[in-house]
Amino acid sequence: MKTNNLLLQSVTQVVTFLIFAFSIYLFFAGHNNPGGGFIGGLMTASALLLLYLAFDIQSIKKALAFNYVNIIAIGLIISLATGMVSMFLGGPFLNQYDQYVHVPLFGEVHLTTAVPFDLGIYLVVVAIALVIILAIGEDA
Amino acid sequence: MFTIVVDIALIAMAVSLVLCTYRVIAGPTVPDRIVALDAFGLNMVGFVGLLMISLDTAAFSEVILMIAILAFLGSVALAKYWERGLVIDRNPD
Repeated sequence: MKTNNLLLQSVTQVVTFLIFAFSIYLFFAGHNNPGGGFIGGLMTASALLLLYLAFDIQSIKKALAFNYVNIIAIGLIISLATGMVSMFLGGPFLNQYDQYVHVPLFGEVHLTTAVPFDLGIYLVVVAIALVIILAIGEDA
Repeated sequence: MFTIVVDIALIAMAVSLVLCTYRVIAGPTVPDRIVALDAFGLNMVGFVGLLMISLDTAAFSEVILMIAILAFLGSVALAKYWERGLVIDRNPD
């Protein structure tokens, strides 16, 4: 008997965005609360993994045309460049600069150079988790 | 009075987690183990929620969301493996 995944696919179309929103919340909460680039990246990877579970590798590759190995390299470059900016300004490697900026609609916002560093970690974690999962899942 | 009720509920949750662990280890069939693992995840969510009531804090709400999401993903993956024999399809057929 031919079975289909209609229920799982319908639920996935909603739940993926909920998990994705939660991962973005975790990414920005990492400054003063539990969270950060690593755990946000793992949540994004689980949202994409749910897509791979409900649909299949071929359709998702058509929808999300990313080469995950390149994303690892981009993330590492972002992290390293953020660390090296302070070396050109006379500080040590990975020195952090921060500033309070007034943004309309949000009020006082605390901007730090740790956020782009975390963004690099986020990209590396998402890409590595998906590369490992797809490498295991593809040889059926 | 309220703290006693929460403590009794925490003990009941702990016993339930032990029983779920027994079913995961000793379950005669694979679906038994899958359902036991799903119930284990839901029990953990309830356990952390009761702990938050007991400690009078909202600090663990992210933990509850994380456990719920990971338990859902694990249940979906295990159920699909049991029904289809593979976790990730290659072609849309």
